[in-house]
Amino acid sequence: MKQFMHDLLLVAKKDLRIEIRSRVIINQVVPFALLVLVLFGFALDADQKTLRAFSPGLFWIAVLLSLLLAIQRSVSLETANDSLTGLKLAGLSPVAIFFGKSVAIFTQLVFLEIFLTGGIIIFYGSVIEDPTLWVVAGLITALAVSVTGTLYGALASGLEVRETLLPILLLPVLAPVLIGATKAYSGALGETVSNGWQWTGLLSLFALIAATLGSLAYGVLVEE
Amino acid sequence: MDVIELHGAMVFLGRFPALAGVNLTVESGEIVALQGANGAGKTTLLKLCAGLLPLGSGSGKVLGHDLFTEQQSIRRSVAMLGHSSGLYEDLTARENVIFWAQASGLDKATAHERAENAIKRMGVEERLLSLPVSRLSAGQKRRTSLASLTVRRPELWLLDEPHSGLDQDGREAIDSFIREVVSVGGTVVIASHELDRVSSLSPRIITVAGGITLENEDQ
Repeated sequence: MKQFMHDLLLVAKKDLRIEIRSRVIINQVVPFALLVLVLFGFALDADQKTLRAFSPGLFWIAVLLSLLLAIQRSVSLETANDSLTGLKLAGLSPVAIFFGKSVAIFTQLVFLEIFLTGGIIIFYGSVIEDPTLWVVAGLITALAVSVTGTLYGALASGLEVRETLLPILLLPVLAPVLIGATKAYSGALGETVSNGWQWTGLLSLFALIAATLGSLAYGVLVEE
Repeated sequence: MDVIELHGAMVFLGRFPALAGVNLTVESGEIVALQGANGAGKTTLLKLCAGLLPLGSGSGKVLGHDLFTEQQSIRRSVAMLGHSSGLYEDLTARENVIFWAQASGLDKATAHERAENAIKRMGVEERLLSLPVSRLSAGQKRRTSLASLTVRRPELWLLDEPHSGLDQDGREAIDSFIREVVSVGGTVVIASHELDRVSSLSPRIITVAGGITLENEDQ
């Protein structure tokens, strides 16, 4: 277990250090996500009341689109110079690599969600009525999409057209997460009477199943 | 002691037999050069010996570990320098070497100590150590890659075209590194197109053609 945590943290710290150094998240992913929020505002040509009603869905669509960039970055770190072979030769557990890379993406998504929360408050005038639900649902959804994205990133990494294929493979799988997270955030914003905590419970179940399947399948995928 | 023993080893890439019954024995302390045309199977043979490709049929042992059942043990005991550097471009040379030391299971203090020794041994210039790897020359990247592998103290080195893309100084640095590895008891298998270069390093040259190995008796 000690060795597993060592390997997991080593991979996570390495990925995060590279992201901080390259500034891709702050210079590209965050502006992209904020731009998506602004463009939705223009596209819907709506008043703030309508935008507030739609803001949970728009928030999570912006997160999922940004997730695709983060996943492709995470995959390219290991494939650009065939560092993945080095990780295999070093004897790192594939499960530790899987969770290490998931933790790095999770951290980036949480960082992104903070900016997007500011974005919907400023651009759409949203008011968070249940901050605890907002934070818990945000963390659990970030976890669910991180582990699923890491798994599908590995699945697509062996394919020549991974940049275009990854969204087609990943987004349908994440559709239930999008629905659950939107319902939970609607509850946190007081926009609907839906019980946000029940939806958060379902999101936790999805995260647990995705993490379990990912830990079982990741090793097989990277060996292929 | 035989470091590599392969008997009728076959490797399939899909349905294609990339290795079609290789027989090869490499003893401890040897330098063995593999030569052959592109697609002959040199890289596949090195990957098989590193435990990175499954043995389709035949039998084989690397460092006493069975290729069918002990691939993980083999991986931990060999170093393989492939066509790619294996380095992270946004990390510095020093950070890369320390990362690979820690990845091989060393604690932080030991990893730092071994990394510094490996960097000195490979002659990576001090002023370049704090630069991202993306800004290093091909030769400095190759030295950094070798330093990253050295920290693991492998018994068997598998080098795939180690001289390619290097200037004369870089090539000589690789040659002297290979001689140093063997002088301390290591074993090196090199795949290369450059027959002149590798024949100065190794009296034993093996031709790989059509997925099989042919020992050059006149060497």
